[in-house]
This record gives sequence, structure tokens and C-alpha cells, in this order.
Amino acid sequence: MADLTTEFLGIKSPNPFWLASAPPTDKEYNVRRAYEAGWGGVVWKTLGAEGPPVVNVNGPRYGAIYGADRRLLGLNNIELITDRPLQTNLEEITRVKKDYPDRALIVSIMVPCDEESWKAILPMVEATGADGIELNFGCPHGMAERGMGSAVGQVPEYITMVTEWCKQYYSKPVIVKLTPNITDIRRPAQAAFAGNADAVSLINTINSITSVNLDMMSPEPMIDGKGTHGGYCGPAVKPIALNMVAEIARDPVTHGKPISAIGGITTWRDAAEFMVMGAGNVQVCTAAMTYGFRVVQEMISGLSQWMDEKGYTSTADFIGAAVPNVVDWKDLNLNYISKAKIDQDACIKCGRCYAACEDTSHQAIWMKEDRVFEVNDAECVACNLCVDVCPIEGCITMERVAPGQVDLRTGKVVEEEYANWTMHPNNPMAVQAAE
Amino acid sequence: MANGHQASGVVAQRLAPEEIAANFSDLHAPLAPHEAAVAADRCYFCYDAPCVTACPTDIDIPMFIRQIQTGHPEAAAKTIFDQNILGGMCARVCPTETLCEQSCVRETAEGNPVEIGRLQRYATDQLMAAEVHPFSRAAATGKTVAVVGAGPAGLSCAHRLAMLGHDVTVFDARPKAGGLNEYGIAAYKSTEDFAAKEVEWLLKIGGITLEAGKSLGAELTLAALQADYDAVFLSIGLAGVNALRLAQEEMPGVLDAVAFIAELRQAEDKGALPVGRNVVVIGGGMTAIDVAVQAKLLGAENVTIAYRRDRAAMPASRFEQDLAASHGVKLMFNVMPTAILGDGAVTGIELEYTRIHDGRVTGTGEKLTLAADQIFKAIGQTLEGVPEGLAIVGGKLAVTGPGRTSLDGVWAGGDCASGGEDLTVTAVAEGRDAAMDIHSTLTSC
Repeated sequence: MADLTTEFLGIKSPNPFWLASAPPTDKEYNVRRAYEAGWGGVVWKTLGAEGPPVVNVNGPRYGAIYGADRRLLGLNNIELITDRPLQTNLEEITRVKKDYPDRALIVSIMVPCDEESWKAILPMVEATGADGIELNFGCPHGMAERGMGSAVGQVPEYITMVTEWCKQYYSKPVIVKLTPNITDIRRPAQAAFAGNADAVSLINTINSITSVNLDMMSPEPMIDGKGTHGGYCGPAVKPIALNMVAEIARDPVTHGKPISAIGGITTWRDAAEFMVMGAGNVQVCTAAMTYGFRVVQEMISGLSQWMDEKGYTSTADFIGAAVPNVVDWKDLNLNYISKAKIDQDACIKCGRCYAACEDTSHQAIWMKEDRVFEVNDAECVACNLCVDVCPIEGCITMERVAPGQVDLRTGKVVEEEYANWTMHPNNPMAVQAAE
Repeated sequence: MANGHQASGVVAQRLAPEEIAANFSDLHAPLAPHEAAVAADRCYFCYDAPCVTACPTDIDIPMFIRQIQTGHPEAAAKTIFDQNILGGMCARVCPTETLCEQSCVRETAEGNPVEIGRLQRYATDQLMAAEVHPFSRAAATGKTVAVVGAGPAGLSCAHRLAMLGHDVTVFDARPKAGGLNEYGIAAYKSTEDFAAKEVEWLLKIGGITLEAGKSLGAELTLAALQADYDAVFLSIGLAGVNALRLAQEEMPGVLDAVAFIAELRQAEDKGALPVGRNVVVIGGGMTAIDVAVQAKLLGAENVTIAYRRDRAAMPASRFEQDLAASHGVKLMFNVMPTAILGDGAVTGIELEYTRIHDGRVTGTGEKLTLAADQIFKAIGQTLEGVPEGLAIVGGKLAVTGPGRTSLDGVWAGGDCASGGEDLTVTAVAEGRDAAMDIHSTLTSC
């Protein structure tokens, strides 16, 4: 079994699986159960300023999107930050950290955007002995209406400003949690590091309405006939999160900076994908809320097994390994030509590839007698849609047309050399190759 | 006190009433909504789906399953009824394992097809439970059609004709409509009086008059029907039963399986039906399976199906064979009856082993004897009571195209007509298609 011990910002944890700041980390009771179940770290549910705590709605807080068999694919919430007194949380954090010194414990914080507020809370958090803080600049609902959460995360200048205060009044690592509800994730990330953040974590939840109650004409979750937008998370958001993590990881300004990845991580494979995309560790919420804390055991065994199979001895061996392969579209090799190929032995003759290609793509699949489906190489543009809709994994594959062969679609010989759009004659901005 | 399995001879009340009730409950429990959703999610919505091709009534199966999936089971039912007005019964009795489900690509992929039959039942049950009839009649055409035989073919034909605006009279020899849906079919496949309820629901379209207790050759003549109606559809089924052609065939204890099944279906108290301790069923079709399984369910101790060819040739599907076996019915292959034993009442049957030579069954000379106090004949039914002037082919009314007989203005469908398998679903398709042809004939002149 590979050693999963991970060091992130100098904080050691027995594995890279942390619970994200969210309902599962709101109380000592939950956090103790999480550690007992094997979680490597916990980001405590966001604390607010001293004084009367926020109140939550008393109706439903969550909405859901389901796949087959009511499998939860996406969850949306309108819960606010902790609604328990600050002192209670601080006392619990202190106790828990003392009892679990080998686990990471980060405290999430969200207070108003003024120096006094941060200056007031940071020493109290520091006194708990927690390993670091995470600035909640991400929550898109409720708190954002009060100028906090994503309202801060959407203004890079505020991010820098608050991060600087935190670095000034707090001695341990500062992680800035980013909102995905922006146009370019690189700007808030740059802003965080400009304020000397130690790391960014992303993504927080995505603004969303999960569904509409067609009888009541109200968004869900519905409270007394009304609904509001909430934060979307769970497996459905993973592709969005992966892209945002990758964008930060390959941005020359932030390349190599520590990232804690969040967004639909449900299995060891999800975690591995985020980590090779540049994340030093991962944070999980929806998977735990769906299946309970025990789910981490699969993540631990799965990641270890994969590392053993690949010969990795430490998570550091593969973190960021895929980042160099994330490029701009213009850098893709236009001379790489492939064609779909259908394995007739594996084909179950459902015809989904045919319907997809014939109706919505390039008419490159023939339906022959006895429901035999074959690819017409003269029309196939290798779009991959047939592969994606085929219910049988591995039945349709994309086979490269070897250099020197003729691409039946264009009638041209496939060239060996790499060539991209910047060099293409159709590109009016084409960079002329040096003579 | 129940008499038990071991009581000798042919006796009633072998099992306690609660055992009988449990034994004759639904063979396949209906799907609950979540089960239906999960089952529906397995459908791949195939292009030009093989299941549709395999369905004699061409139900748009992927579409109705998708409608279940999206929360509209009643719309799914409408999709089914558009093609097959007896979709409720077909969902219960279709040998889906040899039709739609056999051709399901998931059967190919993993040997586990989408549960089309159960999903069809889920959809049709929902709509029928709402007691609404989803079709209405077109403007009256003033044309009249006589349908002889209120089985699946006749009912299907009558419904389609009524929908198209014609006035239909359906005659049936028996007191109740439904044909084999009411009098055939194992009781555990049509529970809670479903066949009768289905007829009642079907008739809600209006324009159909039911005249029970009237049969061709007795109260009715084809000539009179032709004179009184603009068209005639014959769906008279197969009223005759093949004989074993053995000595002592009339001896008490030698029974016609079709009649026994009918009696069982109509019995208020199924336990009151006497059944043997040792039962032998001769035959290899659905009727053989139905009577054998039900004999077991009534409490017979030993039930054997004796079929003269091998397993692969058996008309009953493997699913049905396994169903019988799981109830403890013994399946014997390559044996044929050679003598009925007993003096005044059946005590046994002599069987001879067979081999197949050029497709023909011949005895090997080796014989065996089975104890039997009841022998059921399930070796096929024959056409009976055919009016003069109708051409016959292969023992059935000769039809061409959509059920046209050799007489102008007379159509036929269902088991009595040539072509197609003798299945409820095939009968429904034939009745429907004949109705469309009758309609175009009546409205084009």
C-alpha cells in the first residue's frame, strides 16, 4: 500500500482527503466521527463574526439532481455559515485539534470586508491551535447579499486586501477559497496570491436553481411557495472544477502555487484527476453527505492501489503531472487524424451511434443489413460522439490513421509532423514558419 | 382440513384455502413506481429498436419506456394502446422472453433484458386504474360490422372499428366476452378478474354491442350476417381439441386441458376443483405448461409433462419450462403415450420412448409406465364450425393480407386464421389490421 501521507502548506495529513467546509464539519461531533472514519483533514464550517449568529431557513435547505436509480448527481444548498455561537465553535475546534494532532484542521472564516472584523476574529482562531484558515470568498447565496462570500470573491482587489489582512494578523497558512461564479478564475487566484495567500481552494458552489415546482411555480428547494438560487455541488460540477483548477495550475502567474481542489470528488479516481491537474490535496463534501463518512475508505484504498500500480511512492510524485498537457486549442495537433472503429464482437446493435451520427453529426456510420453498424471513414471526422453515446465501454474506439496513410475524408496523406492552427493556411493570422 | 398431496385418487381441497390463494396470486408482482423508474432507466432507446420489430403489434417500446421514465405512465399506456388495445393482458401473458425481451440489446449485452413486459403492465395498469378510456370515436360512418368471437382478435378488431366510427356487434358463444383471455391462460397470469375488467374498459369507447351466447352454426349463419352487416370479421378461435387416438380415451380421468383451464379460471373456489395425486400431461405447448403448473398449485403430488420431441423442439419457451420445473413439475422429453391404463378409472399411462427420423416421431420400442389418476390432453386445438364456402389452408381459415378470407366482405383473424403464431398479441395485431382494411373497404365505396 502506497503511503498517502500528504504535506500541504507544511500541514501533514495521513491522506490527501479533507472534508470541505460545509454542513458535515459544523460540529465537534461530526468532525470527530470524520476523523475516526479516516479523513485526513477537515475544514471546519465557516465561522462568522462574534455576536448573535446567523439564522438559517426552517424549510428545506437542499435541492437535488438525480441520475438513474435516484443516484444523486448534483446537490444545491441555501444553508448559511455556522449558526452556532463563535465561542462554542472555537472551544470545540480547540478540543478536537488537541485530540487529533495528526489530522489537518483548517478553520473557514467569513466576516465583513473591513480590517477590524478580521483583526478581531483571527487571534481567536489562532488560539485554537488549528493548522490554518480558509477564507470563504465563495458562498453564492445568502451571505453574498450581505457583501460577504462570493461578493468578495468576485472582486479581485477585495481578495488581495483581505488576504493581506489575514497574513498580517494570523501566523499560519492562509487558504483563499474561490467562487466559480466569475468569468475568468485566473483573476481571483492571482489576486489571492498577490495578497500572499499560501494557497487557493476551489471551487465553491455554483449559482443554481436545481428545479422548478411546476404546480407551485416556484424554484426548488421551495420554502412557503418561494425559492432562491443556491450553491450547486456534487459529481455534476466536477468538469467545471477540473477546468478551473487546470487554468490556475497552468497560468504562468500562479503555476506551481498550492491548490486544494474541491468539486464533485466522489471516488479515488476523481481525486487522482484533480491532483494530477495540480491540486496538492482534495476536499470533499457531497460524497460524504450522500454516503456518509465511511466513503473515504474507498478513496484511500483506491488511490493507494493506483499509486502502487503506477509505481508512485508519494502523492508528490504525481501532483501536477497532467498540467503540461493542458494547452490552448490552437496548440492541438491538426495532423493527428483518427477514425472511429466499431468492434463488431462487442457491438450489441442498439444503433445509438447511428442515430447520433446520422441525425446530429456527420452521417459517417452505415446501418447495414442485420443491424450491422460500420464507420464510413470517408465521412468520419473523429468527433467521438459515437464513443460517448455507446453503452458498451470499449466497443467504439478512436484509431489513429498512421502518418503516410491517406485520410479518406480529405483524400490527403496524413503528415507525420505536428502542425497546429497557428501554422494552418486557413488561419489569416498564421505564423509563418521560419524559412 | 385440507386433504393434502398424498390423498389418493382425484380429490378436491388438497390444500388449505390460504395456500390456494397464495398459489394463484400474481405470477409477476406489479412494479412499484421506483422499480419502474429503475427498470425504465435501463432502456437504451435504440434506433429502429429490435424489440419493436419483434413485437407482433409494433408497440413503440422505447417511446413508452421513455414516457414512464419522464413520469408519464398514462402517456406510456396511450402509446401502447395505440398499437395494442389489449396491451394490459399482453403485458401479462405475452411470451416476452421469445419476443421483445429476447431481442432487447441488453439481452445480447448481458443476458438481462429490459423488463418490457412488466413495464408495459406498469403503464397500462396506471391508466386503466384511472378508469378513463383514452380513445374517442370518429364521426359515425353509418356502417355496421359483425364480429364473431369476442376473443383478443375480435375485441381488437371491434375496438378499432368503433374508433373509426363504425357500429359493431360482437357475438360470442360463451356467456362472457374475452375468449381465451377469460377462459384460457393460467389463472396466476390474469388475477383479480383482469380479463373481464379489461373488456369492460375496452367497451367504454362505445359503439360496440356485445351479444353473448350466440355461435356460428347455431344462432348465427354467415349468410345472415353478410346480409345484415356491411362486413363480417370471424375470430372464432379453435374450438376443437385433438385426440390422443388411444383406447379408453373416454375413461373418467382423461381430461381436455383447455376445458380444465377454463373451469379453473371461472371457479369461485379453485380448491373445489378435483385434481389427481398423480397427474400426467400430454403435450409440449403453453397449454401443457399451464395445466401442469396449475395441477401442482392445486396440490397434486406428482405432475409430469410428457412431450414426444426433445426440449429444443418444445413449443413452450424455456422460461415456461423453467417455471414448470420450479413448481416441481417433471418434464419428460421424447416419450409418447401408447396406452391408457385402468379399469373404469385411469390408474396409469404407458409411454414409449421416441426418436426423430427426418422430422417424424417414431417409437423405439422401449416403454415405461407412470402412475396416473388424471391425464390431461394438451396436444393442440382444431378449427371447428366453419361455415360453408370459406377456403381452408393447413386446418385454418385461409387469409391473405390483412385477414381477407376467400369470401368478399368476410375477414378473419386470431387463432382460427392462417398465418402468425397462436398468441394473444398476434391475434390483437390481426384484429387491428383487419379493422383497418375493413375500414378502407367500407369507406372507399
